[in-house]
Amino acid sequence: MNYGPLPRKEDARLVRGKGTFVDDITLPGMLHGAVLRSPVAHARITSIDTAAALAHPQVEAVLTGRDLAGTLPGRDFSWMPTLSGDVQAVLATDKVRFQGQEIAFVIARDRYSARDALELIAVEYEPLPVLVDATRALDPGAPVVRDDLDGRTDNRIFHWSAGDKAATDAVFAAADVVVTQDMLYPRSHPSPLETCGIVADADPVSGRLTIWSTSQAPHAHRTVYALITGIPEHKIRVVSPDLGGGFGNKVPIYPGYLCAIAGSVRTGRPVKWTEDRSENLMAGSFARDYHMHGEIAASRDGRILGLRARVLADHGAFNGAAQPSKYPAGFFHIFTGSYDLRAAHCEVTGVYTNKAPGGVAYSCSFRVTEAVYLVERLVDLLARELGMDPAQLRMANLLQPDQFPYASPTGLVYDSGDYPQALRLAMDLAGYADLRAEQAARRERGQYMGIGVSFFTEGVGAGPREHMDILGLAMADAAELRVHPTGKAVLGVSCQTQGQGHETTFAQIVAEELGLDPDDVDVVHGDTDRTPFGLGTYGSRSTAVCGAAAAIAARRVRDRAKIVAAAMLEVAESDLEWADRAWRVRGDPEQARNIGEIAMAAHSGLRLPDGIEGQLDARAVYNPPNLTFPFGAYICVTDVDPVTGQVVVRRFIAVDDCGVRINPMIVEGQIHRGLADGVGIALMQAITFDHQGNCLAGSLMDYLLPTSAEVPSPELGTTVTPSPHHPIGAKGIGESATVGSPAAVVNSVLDALAPLGVRHADMPLTPAVVWRAVQGQPLRTDLAGG
Amino acid sequence: MQVPAHVEYEKAGSVGHALTLLARYGPTARVLAGGHSLIPMMKLRLAQPETLIDIGGLAELAFVTRTDGELRIGALTTHAKLLEAPETASQFAILQDAERVIADPVVRLWGTVGGSVCQADPSEDLSAAFAALRATMVIAGPEGNRSVPVRDFFTGPYETVVGSGELLTEIRLTAAPASFLAGSAYEKVGRRAGDWPIAAAGVFVSLDEDRATITAAGIGLTAVGADRFCAAEAEEFLLGRLATVENVARAGQIAAGHCRPVSDQRGPADFKRHLAGELTVRALRRAVQRALRQTRGSGATGSAADGGGA
Amino acid sequence: MAEEPDVRITVNVNGADCSRDVEPRLLLIHFLRDDLGLTGSHWGCDTSNCGACVVWLDERPVKSCTILAVIADGRRVRTVEGLERDGVLDPVQVGFARCHGLQCGFCTPGMMLTARWLLDHHPDPPPAAIREALSGQVCRCTGYENIIRAVRWAAENPTSVPE
Repeated sequence: MNYGPLPRKEDARLVRGKGTFVDDITLPGMLHGAVLRSPVAHARITSIDTAAALAHPQVEAVLTGRDLAGTLPGRDFSWMPTLSGDVQAVLATDKVRFQGQEIAFVIARDRYSARDALELIAVEYEPLPVLVDATRALDPGAPVVRDDLDGRTDNRIFHWSAGDKAATDAVFAAADVVVTQDMLYPRSHPSPLETCGIVADADPVSGRLTIWSTSQAPHAHRTVYALITGIPEHKIRVVSPDLGGGFGNKVPIYPGYLCAIAGSVRTGRPVKWTEDRSENLMAGSFARDYHMHGEIAASRDGRILGLRARVLADHGAFNGAAQPSKYPAGFFHIFTGSYDLRAAHCEVTGVYTNKAPGGVAYSCSFRVTEAVYLVERLVDLLARELGMDPAQLRMANLLQPDQFPYASPTGLVYDSGDYPQALRLAMDLAGYADLRAEQAARRERGQYMGIGVSFFTEGVGAGPREHMDILGLAMADAAELRVHPTGKAVLGVSCQTQGQGHETTFAQIVAEELGLDPDDVDVVHGDTDRTPFGLGTYGSRSTAVCGAAAAIAARRVRDRAKIVAAAMLEVAESDLEWADRAWRVRGDPEQARNIGEIAMAAHSGLRLPDGIEGQLDARAVYNPPNLTFPFGAYICVTDVDPVTGQVVVRRFIAVDDCGVRINPMIVEGQIHRGLADGVGIALMQAITFDHQGNCLAGSLMDYLLPTSAEVPSPELGTTVTPSPHHPIGAKGIGESATVGSPAAVVNSVLDALAPLGVRHADMPLTPAVVWRAVQGQPLRTDLAGG
Repeated sequence: MQVPAHVEYEKAGSVGHALTLLARYGPTARVLAGGHSLIPMMKLRLAQPETLIDIGGLAELAFVTRTDGELRIGALTTHAKLLEAPETASQFAILQDAERVIADPVVRLWGTVGGSVCQADPSEDLSAAFAALRATMVIAGPEGNRSVPVRDFFTGPYETVVGSGELLTEIRLTAAPASFLAGSAYEKVGRRAGDWPIAAAGVFVSLDEDRATITAAGIGLTAVGADRFCAAEAEEFLLGRLATVENVARAGQIAAGHCRPVSDQRGPADFKRHLAGELTVRALRRAVQRALRQTRGSGATGSAADGGGA
Repeated sequence: MAEEPDVRITVNVNGADCSRDVEPRLLLIHFLRDDLGLTGSHWGCDTSNCGACVVWLDERPVKSCTILAVIADGRRVRTVEGLERDGVLDPVQVGFARCHGLQCGFCTPGMMLTARWLLDHHPDPPPAAIREALSGQVCRCTGYENIIRAVRWAAENPTSVPE
């Protein structure tokens, strides 16, 4: 079996410091770009004077919006389409709409001079009223952010709903108990350690545009660049080299990328742009920012009957979120969670504000993070209301194995799962009863310990082509497998690793299907010239979609190999069976040929049946029939000091089920990361603003990321419920722990504070937020001075 | 990554040479020690000196020495060296407490004590620790050395009395006599490891032979807008009083009442004021406990393993 | 916009003396990456918080984004490229690969160099000490657990063989 904790092929170069990240790339004659950004959140631009910057001896060019209108014939890309079908300014012309918005692009001979020249650009602003508070965005008289859009008189972007409203209202009206809670999932940011960047090389002679960039979806980017710039798509090559993390932050096409492309066209030389951390945090794709109103209906004896949610989604100044186009709120309708409900209904209203664009990022699985947080908080609040243990309440309401495939009240079909088994395992690993006993004993001594439970189901692996596309590009992904005469294989994939180990895991998939050694399979990714088209890696879709394509391509190779083997052995195809890594004659297994032997023969003059082509290459485009549904049960133990507000995460128990695990070592690594995300998101991370729209988290000094000192050693458990519709039975794991963990931490802290009468507090639960909650004077966590 | 503006550079070969360079380049020059306070400011272009005078090579300014009456810390002593210096045990444990929670282990290997205090950030931990210890700052200038009590050293956010032609060379602490029961402690609350404090309190206390009456008290506060980084009114209250739970609590209240915290992204003012009081209480408690652990007549040594009451 | 004359510096990097003329404001990380082509050390923030840039300066880990190249004049720098000796990986490097202590690899050089320094001074550190030593450096991929295990592996296997 090639599935197992294989060491990674990537590591040989990475531990030697020999990876190639975008900023490592230097080309002859390369210039450096820097972006001038708006210091204010909402203002009219009355003038931009670049003369002094142009006069700087190291400066080659300065671009403004006006220049982008004329760089390529017939093309004005001072504005560009977003992945949500909106438009976004590349370089602001009339107005700036968020602090940090791009105004001008300096191109200089070295990066220090480019930075110096930014200070030589004089911009005059006429301030406008600022809209920062999403809850005021639809007030009459609110400043209109997008007056660039014809006929736009308000800040509403979309309204979307799912579920049966009438049935849900009826359930609520008849229920014994209804618990209601407003909760904020604050604006967050994935902050991959490598910021976004690009080297753009527009060759004036060949007309080819070669781009190295931090892109999680190089093919999609190529197509969009072609549409925006008019450069023919077959002359564009996009390469994602090694990426220093992505987490959704590297899905969008950023203005800086287009500026670098324009700069290269203008100067005839390669142009590199790599953003500062402050740019990444202030202008790069943020995540979350959902203001949620949730309600849960139940019977007195603890049967959950229905869920209702109303959400205000803050999308910032441009709708740049990336999600399947028919789902403007992503898969938020999975908010029904892991429970057997009678009815549910949700509605989401998206609004513009004077903040950076984005919303879908940071391992959200397209808003599943928001949905799971909501339902898991509501279930805990219900447990509190009913006086029931939160684990027992969940156990009593979890979907049962015989209910799968399960059609949820909002139209999703969960593929498979044994939920009670996972929760039981988590409780065993945690020693749940002992923890409750310890908690009781500590309470007697005036010590506050919390036990938080979170059970999540997420939907990943988008998705079926007839339902899921981004900008009209269906979310199918592909694999191309070539088997050389000497039996070595090369697999080209359309997905894009940012650290998830695809060079190893995809080799394992092919090796498993073909009986090869993983070392005999090379995985090629990230270069649009060498790989098939696909929509890339985010939403935990690599294994679920591209992995399926790889398996199917490998099976096609194996099927062709069977024909060749039959010819080699001079038997009928029906006499052969695949066993022990070879095609073997049924009843006479010594008569066998493995792929290595078959490969040479397939390239030879061996006579093959009519209509059968030689060689062994195969290709597959996988159109998933459905999402896949990983799930898990998490338990978090915290110790809280209500006097100082400090929280220590003592233990984190996580049971995950992602179906078949190709490489358990890599799967566990993904889970470890997501648990750390939970600690950070729950306790310290938030992109906050003041009332003037100033971003208060523009550096890692204030956008605090968890360190090794805050994250405990995780305790992991495994259950395996294969996906019935996936060729390998695998579901995907990349985002599961980020989805499930924040609620576990928050539930834990609030469990600790329950004796003090604290019912709810919004993330991040910093010491100030915890203390104020204990005082009964909650602190608003998205707006300073709120 | 953000990068500094153009700057000129001179490397000093001695303290005298540094003073000469400072005189030559005037107020547009800045002293570069470990660089871990100044260079971050220069990268953000919040500080834009025209000339850097690099004193990082002046090994004679990196020392921690203890005589009977005094602890002397050279301005170029790194945070890491101060943390691990055996001289900072017992009555000066506040310095170890504080250094343990300043920045992170790698930054502490390079950032210097002098660099941090001269940066004079209103949330600087060492400012409170030295204020509690009533340190003396030794400043070298063209006319020779002058000594300034730490409580007169800071004149405002990011401002000290060190003139443009002067150099902080060492920090001196008076050691309480061996016969005294002396103890110190530092308590800090931040949002995460390595963060600046939301609030922090440092305490030095000495007790009389009766093991109960407070004969000296220093309370330093940082990040809460306390005047001169100390809680003078609370110190005055404690002098001559018994170190009881009630008096300690009262001292905390007085300290909280006299600071002027400002709301920011670390927390609202009421929380900071609350912490100022609570952390004063906790630091007092621990300092008193440590003082009581001193074996009578051997105040210079002492660890948790020593005899004496808790 | 004053133009200051470049300063001539000689820095011993991974055992070899490198002399260059540099602007005084040039940060050490950029000197290593852009002037010397040693791109194994990375940068990830503006405020000395992330630690992607950690190298050794005179045998001590330093955040090289917070040091000017001129300060390194006459001193010794060790980068990740200098961790291996004669093609033999350091036990820390082997440990990171064996224990899945890296995913994207961006924080890894800095983590390994601090780990190497820690082990040189404390050959058998408990996990808590490793967590403390690395608490100034951020990883976004691993959640730290496997980094701790990697350092423990290196502590327990102090003499590794060529891979």
